[in-house]
Amino acid sequence: MSSKEELRLFITGRTNRSQEAVHNLRSIITSRTSGEFDLSVIDVLENPEQAEAERILATPTLVRTTEHGAIRIIGDLSNTKEVLKLLGVRELQDETGEGGNDE
Amino acid sequence: MTSEGGAAGLKKVDIGFEGFNIISYGGIPKNRATLVTGTAGSAKTLFAVQFLVEGIPKGEHGVFVTFEETPNDIRENMRSIGWDIAGWEAEGTLTFVDASPTTDQETVISSDFDLGGLLARIEHAVRKVGATRVSIDALGAIFTALGNSTVVRGELLRLVSTLKSLEVTSIVTAERDEEYGAVARFGVEEFVADNVIILRNALEDEKRRRTIEILKFRGTSHQKGEFPFSIVPNRGIVVIPLSGLELKQASSNVRISSGNTEIDAMCGGGFYRDSIILISGATGTGKTLLTTEFMAGGAQNGEKCLLFAFEESREQLVRNATGWGVDYDKWEKDGKLKLVCAYPEVTSLEDHLIAIKDAIDEFKPKRVAIDSLSALERISTQKGFREFIISVTSFIKHRETAGLFTSTTPTLTGGASVTETHISTLTDSIILLRYVEMYGEMRRGLTILKMRGSMHEKDIREFTIDGNGMHVGKPFKNVGGILSGNPQHVSGLEEERLRGMFGDG
Repeated sequence: MSSKEELRLFITGRTNRSQEAVHNLRSIITSRTSGEFDLSVIDVLENPEQAEAERILATPTLVRTTEHGAIRIIGDLSNTKEVLKLLGVRELQDETGEGGNDE
Repeated sequence: MTSEGGAAGLKKVDIGFEGFNIISYGGIPKNRATLVTGTAGSAKTLFAVQFLVEGIPKGEHGVFVTFEETPNDIRENMRSIGWDIAGWEAEGTLTFVDASPTTDQETVISSDFDLGGLLARIEHAVRKVGATRVSIDALGAIFTALGNSTVVRGELLRLVSTLKSLEVTSIVTAERDEEYGAVARFGVEEFVADNVIILRNALEDEKRRRTIEILKFRGTSHQKGEFPFSIVPNRGIVVIPLSGLELKQASSNVRISSGNTEIDAMCGGGFYRDSIILISGATGTGKTLLTTEFMAGGAQNGEKCLLFAFEESREQLVRNATGWGVDYDKWEKDGKLKLVCAYPEVTSLEDHLIAIKDAIDEFKPKRVAIDSLSALERISTQKGFREFIISVTSFIKHRETAGLFTSTTPTLTGGASVTETHISTLTDSIILLRYVEMYGEMRRGLTILKMRGSMHEKDIREFTIDGNGMHVGKPFKNVGGILSGNPQHVSGLEEERLRGMFGDG
């Protein structure tokens, strides 16, 4: 895993919900991962073709593409445990022993 | 393309389905969403696709939002109707928004979300092809994908109002569980409550019967009740309006020959040119012969005649006609006659009706005969058959064409058939052919039971059949109860007394 893996977050405009999701995800990536993910935020109002290509229904939707198919989380990403599971970084969480951060 | 309808001046969009215009008084409400619900297999998806397909030649482009089948499945399935979906996509007149289930490894539905992605995609697609028609198939599937939460329900309301603001006319389909029950699963109708159409595919007497019902159109009128429809290659859904034609056709006083001079005389000079004639009789009484004479009478006069035969093959018909001195082959070569032979069982009654109407419109005959209606009766439900009769008679009358139908009675002597109970009030003339058992011998009798708008002979006459056709002879004397199937000999004195009683001497 030399190159960075892309995470795509689809949002709709500058709504509170969108901003919340972007904020939540950024802080998780910064605090819990060691730079292996690259985050693209895609506004479906500006890039409907990308939303079409990824068949996005709901926003916010976080998409991680793996070799076994895509994994998605729909929602504002306030549940850190779910996000970490999608990122596959539970081991990191165990090593650092920061389990108390869960809501 | 659009027409005024209703008191509020609500515009309607002619969606182009054959027959739908008549039952909907001009189409579905413009720039509104119309809910189309039905059980599995009730042709909802076809309805939604056809709505877009019919718009294309009018320059009205379409967006198909699919929640259930993939665009590929739809392209594939519609090919069987004869529609080239991919071709329209390529020319930019139709496009998909693919909301069908993804093959993702995993989707977690977490907390707060909206349908922003879907709305943005629909809006984008509408702008891309300049769409004025949108179909969403099927709304209920969104609950399967995202859960039936207050969030989703609120977002669906937003979806419908977005469609309105985009100024598109839309069809939204939803599945229902029973043919006669709640309008739709998940209470979907609360989102698209203004206009509701129900498609049914009910099993009745072991026969499938498809119907369409406009449950409501807010602010504008439509015909009430269920109307049969059929699915026809290259045309899709074809609705069969029952009473779409008002009873306003002009009656003609012009008489046409029945093809048999004696019967013409009994009718007071022949049938009226635009009348419907029913010939009822047991098997072998001569119904097909009368039909043949009716056709020959027309062809000899230079009138085009169309015969639908559901009991005999072409070869049998031609051979029978030859046996009575009528050359069907020659008339067909001259373009005066067209024979259409089919087994009733090859298709549904609705499809037969469409084929009959098509053939009439194409050949433009002055005379139409159907031999026999009873053969068609056995492939349909009673209700379906009654609708067929109403539809076919009003269609023929509307074209000021003479129609002659035959009906087979179930018993050899006397009796009436179900066909007659359905058709007798719609016909202008009824001729009964009956076997009469006399002195250990079977003879045949004929009477004109009804002749609307004209005097006619009331006698029951004996007739014989030979190589030149039918010969009507003298009235049966001293016999009563022929029509009820119990001929009884009445003495001369008794007959005198009865005639005296009714002053008919």
